[in-house]
Amino acid sequence: MQLTDEEVRHIALLARLGISDAEVEKFRNQLSSILENMDILQQVDTSGLEPTSQSVALENIYREDETGPSLPVTEVLSNAPAQEDNSLKVNAVLE
Amino acid sequence: MKHQCDTDILSGVVKYETVIGLEVHSQLLTVSKMYCSCSADYASTPPNTHVCPVCMGLPGVLPTINRRAVEFTVMTALALNCSIPEHAKFDRKNYPYPDLMKGYQISQYDKPMSVNGYLVIDIEGRKKKVGITRVHLEEDVAKLLHRTTPEGESYSLVDINRAGMPLMEIVSEPDMNSPEEARLYLVKLRSILQYLGVSTGNMEEGSFRCDANISIRPEGSKEFLGKVEVKNMNSFRAVYRALEFEEKRQREVLDTGGRITQETRGWVDEKGITVSQRSKEYAHDYRYFPEPDLPPLAFSREMVEQVRAALPELPEAKYDRFVSGYSLTPYDAGLLTDSRPLANYFEECVGLAGKSGGEKDIAKKAKTISNWLLGDFTRLLNSSNTRIEASNIKPWHLVEMFDLVDRGTLSGPLAKTVFEEMFSSGKTASAVVAERGLVQISDSGELAIIVDKVIADNDKAIADYRAGKEASLTFLIGQVMKASRGKANPAVVRKIIVDKLGGN
Ligand SMILES: [Zn+2]
Repeated sequence: MQLTDEEVRHIALLARLGISDAEVEKFRNQLSSILENMDILQQVDTSGLEPTSQSVALENIYREDETGPSLPVTEVLSNAPAQEDNSLKVNAVLE
Repeated sequence: MKHQCDTDILSGVVKYETVIGLEVHSQLLTVSKMYCSCSADYASTPPNTHVCPVCMGLPGVLPTINRRAVEFTVMTALALNCSIPEHAKFDRKNYPYPDLMKGYQISQYDKPMSVNGYLVIDIEGRKKKVGITRVHLEEDVAKLLHRTTPEGESYSLVDINRAGMPLMEIVSEPDMNSPEEARLYLVKLRSILQYLGVSTGNMEEGSFRCDANISIRPEGSKEFLGKVEVKNMNSFRAVYRALEFEEKRQREVLDTGGRITQETRGWVDEKGITVSQRSKEYAHDYRYFPEPDLPPLAFSREMVEQVRAALPELPEAKYDRFVSGYSLTPYDAGLLTDSRPLANYFEECVGLAGKSGGEKDIAKKAKTISNWLLGDFTRLLNSSNTRIEASNIKPWHLVEMFDLVDRGTLSGPLAKTVFEEMFSSGKTASAVVAERGLVQISDSGELAIIVDKVIADNDKAIADYRAGKEASLTFLIGQVMKASRGKANPAVVRKIIVDKLGGN
């Protein structure tokens, strides 16, 4: 399956990546070949098999509702480019 | 009738019907967050103090499911008559926003924890089922605070404390046909969540939120015209007003030949209007996929039945019991049972009052208690913005006051004044009565002196009374009450006046 330029640009937008025209072409080829591999997988006969969303045979793995330690604020904010009042400071967010 | 739309022949105006569906998000009352063990008590702490690598979305961490959050969701689903499938799973809902730490929300997509339920609302005595599409579990996002520099540049602050709070989503079918039905649905849903003890149901504080879908269509038609999603409503009243506004706005658009655009609109409470919100063009491209970090859930029938058996009494059952057990009117029983704390308070009062009296007059006592709770008490709670659980007045305070009235120490009219003082000071009724000298006067000798003075001052009323005008008696009793500053026992006063004036 071959992706179009438009599809690549849309995926980049969703991932918040700015890419050049040359990169669009580069990623279009790479992503398309990944999808081609998926096409190969699609050929496997899975009739009679329950669909699964998991690769591990686990279920009902719970944590009890108990509190544990959180990080010190200084660590929480240690990678923040800017901070104010114990909070991460970011560009204005509009709804 | 075969017509696609029903037109009022006289006015030529198309009759529309309103279709409303609601999506409620409720935080759950767990002690820890949904996928990590940070404290869920985020509201009363400084920003970013309840944060760990899991809820701040650092790479390489492993979320784990909070067992109680799952139990709370199953309880809610069962109380809403949903069925619980054998299997459920979590999915990633991907979208970029600064309040979403991981760039995706762990939610549930095609295998939610429950489906196909309903809730019954009561519209002036008429029962109506509102379908519940699904109840599922997801996580809350961080909180953004918007600020502006003195130079006028705006920026935002991110507080991650709320991120990862367990959030239960309850989606209704588009079964409501008026803003009032939507309001009744929310009141009922909130009271069920409160009865279950899974949510505070507090809309103003944002732990119970509601988005609404509303569209209108010509009556009888099945076609869907543009559906509008309304957001930003943070009280029941706001939901009601926003839907009322939107209903009217859509009618006007259609009546003037316009079209309803499918869009998201935000409620602006101060202005009482909804405004179009700039839609994110890729808003619905969530690219859901199964959450690889969380194994699926399997619900055995035994587990489901155990949870069902352990459900507490729900508002409807309590309502029926209040009507049949205490002979309350359906209206009063409805108001009392809408709020679990109020219903509990009522039952505590009845329990205490019942100890000092026979079974026989329990209905009478229940009526008195209900009147006080729904009348003066509710009024004072509302005006002072106090929750009933936090009030100075405990059930035994109230019951003690009723005892004083029953024993004749306190007159009915003065009880109101005493109650107000009890409410603000937390003192007992007997303390207030003693301090302010409000003991009711039932002594005939003492009252006769006041009666004589009133008789001497009111020749006309006396003449009227003797001429057979019964209302004059009420007037005279009122004068005595006034002269005694409310302390006279009205029954004794009546008797003295009648005796003195030689009536029957
Ligand atoms: Zn955490």
